[in-house]
Amino acid sequence: MGTRSLKHMFAAVAVSALALAAAHGAASAGEIRVGLVTPLSGPIASQGIPFSKGMAAGQHLIPGVNGHTFKLIQLDDESNPSLSTRNARKLIDEDKVDVLVGTGGVPGAMALASIASESKLPLVSFTPLFLSGEKAAWSVTTAQPASLMIQAVVDTMKANGVKTVGYIGFSDSWGDLAYNTLMDEASKAGIEVVTNERYARSDTSVTGQALKIVAANPDAVLGGTAGTPGALPYIALADRGYQGAIYGTHGIINPDFIRVAGGTAEGLLAPTGPAVVADQLPDSHPSKAVAGEFKAAYQEANGEEAKDAFSAYAFDAWKVIADAASRVDPSIEPGTPAYREALRDAIFQVSDLPVTHGVLTFRPGSPYGADDRAAVMVKLTGDQWVLQK
Amino acid sequence: MSLDIALILSVDGLAAAAIYLLAGLGLVLVFSVTRVIFVPFGDIAVFSALTLAFLEAGRTPPTIALVAILAGLTTAKECWQLIRQRNLSRLPRILLAWGALPLIPCIPAVLAAGRDLPPAVAVAISLGLVLPIVPLLARLVYQPIADASVLVLLIASLVLHFLLSGLGLLFFGPEGFRTQPLLRGGINLAPGLFVSLQVVLMIATALLLALLFFLAFEKTLTGKALRATAINRTGARLVGIRPSMTATLTFGATSLLAGVVGILIAPATTMYYDSGLIIGLKAFVAAIIGGLGSYPLTALGAVAVGLVESFASFWNGAMKDVIVFSLLIPALLVRSHYSSHSDDGAEEEV
Repeated sequence: MGTRSLKHMFAAVAVSALALAAAHGAASAGEIRVGLVTPLSGPIASQGIPFSKGMAAGQHLIPGVNGHTFKLIQLDDESNPSLSTRNARKLIDEDKVDVLVGTGGVPGAMALASIASESKLPLVSFTPLFLSGEKAAWSVTTAQPASLMIQAVVDTMKANGVKTVGYIGFSDSWGDLAYNTLMDEASKAGIEVVTNERYARSDTSVTGQALKIVAANPDAVLGGTAGTPGALPYIALADRGYQGAIYGTHGIINPDFIRVAGGTAEGLLAPTGPAVVADQLPDSHPSKAVAGEFKAAYQEANGEEAKDAFSAYAFDAWKVIADAASRVDPSIEPGTPAYREALRDAIFQVSDLPVTHGVLTFRPGSPYGADDRAAVMVKLTGDQWVLQK
Repeated sequence: MSLDIALILSVDGLAAAAIYLLAGLGLVLVFSVTRVIFVPFGDIAVFSALTLAFLEAGRTPPTIALVAILAGLTTAKECWQLIRQRNLSRLPRILLAWGALPLIPCIPAVLAAGRDLPPAVAVAISLGLVLPIVPLLARLVYQPIADASVLVLLIASLVLHFLLSGLGLLFFGPEGFRTQPLLRGGINLAPGLFVSLQVVLMIATALLLALLFFLAFEKTLTGKALRATAINRTGARLVGIRPSMTATLTFGATSLLAGVVGILIAPATTMYYDSGLIIGLKAFVAAIIGGLGSYPLTALGAVAVGLVESFASFWNGAMKDVIVFSLLIPALLVRSHYSSHSDDGAEEEV
């Protein structure tokens, strides 16, 4: 080893020491760093941008707790799970965040959950997570589990006297998840599932599948679909003169679905979170007041009205973090491993926290905190979703 | 399966076959004249469908901007070429042909956008807007590499598909659109067999266009020139047929076919910016059954693809596309058994 390389080594050591000092200094006392990874571009940017705005609304409403202020650091993952992973590591290693939030899309959110448990810092997501054991110890989500939503559908079917139900869904994991949950819930309710038809999101016709359902003549049909491609079965069923009741999942609650389905989905019953129909909620509903707060905060923070179904979940994530941070022992400094662990423990002690989508109670072992107050049934009437009692 | 279900499925399959027939004819036409496998066919169909949807919704279709940009790029490229060749006498002609001519359909579109249009006018404007797209793209992308191998042209087509589908997302947004049916109502062919007039329109238009193509190829001088180029490019050139002229004509006809496909399919299904590829691929199966050269066999292939798709969706919806694309295997086996490869090699040397 010559003097040149020795010099280089010294330089490298000096630089890294400086960087370390800078990083340490940056994580100054009294600042809780929240790292947000969200898709601001790419195919699921239509979810990611509202998530970002929902977080901004949360920060606007609750800028700090216990004398600490929140600092939000946001990185775009371009709808790409491998970039979610890289950005999460960047937030943890360089920005020393205390809590991670994100991201749109299940694959990306699952990647974040792995990093959270590996790096021992809490993750508050707004996307459904499928976790158990060690990995579930650091992550929670404000989204409702699919089972809760499908259960609400099956309960409504039972109340309406449905005995047989036909199923048509996407030929992907969402279609499988909806079908499996339906099978579980329906067998408990004594309802028979008579068809399991599938189609691809990009298909142009489902006449064959619709014919099979009409031939089986079930009392009701459930579509395990999402977004505008989810309108296809309802159109095909209407074309074939199907007279029974039609049900959907929470994946189809969006204005574009109504536009594409035209009049064919009139009377469609679907589950959704209370925030979607906030103005129709009775005053006694726990979400009514929070949804009002959210609406005002969103307007002030973003200068526009909240019109999407996603930003409210991100706002709920902020509420969870703020609630948990307010209960962390003030003697523990943010930016330390001890703080991250204390924050995690506080998150798993969140009890009956009213949020825009129902009431959250997190307990170790499951990333979900929603109960049946987080699911309401709505009916498509004209071009409006009308809350069902 | 009872008889009426089989009949309903057949009607549905024939409606799909009409679409694949038109798209398949376009693919065979382009390939035989220019040796380009025109992958972006479906994307052009999507552009016409979404343009119509935008006009119906009273919005200005972004296709206008697309055509203007393409015309600008093509004119710039052509002018640059002329300047390098120091051949400025042809400049006015080039400006007129590639700069002004493609913009003509944009004028009624700009004027009519935002108004309540009768369906026929909206359809005409959409077709007019889509018409210059493929010739412009071809001039820009394929003409400089017209003598490259089939493989190079195929890769260029693939790249063009991704580019167009990306532009579709940029211009039209991620959400899907359906347009109003051109004809409402229907006829009862048999008890339990209701055929909507829209389906009748789809099948009739496909048959009519196929017939027109047949007549144009058999009876007109231009059609004969196209056929001559398809059979032997060098020979055609020797008797005075300009390959660049036939190529532009071919791409124009393809543009029109794609436009009609888009208009016909838009009321029957929800169109997204990326719906084009799967339509193009299924038409490609039909074209492969026709050996990428025979129009009648392509028509038969289109009917086969449509019917197989329809019945497969009834028997096993999840496996539908697998079954349709499996048709390629027997088609290729039979084709490779009966064809000799010598003519392919000869063509590559040109």
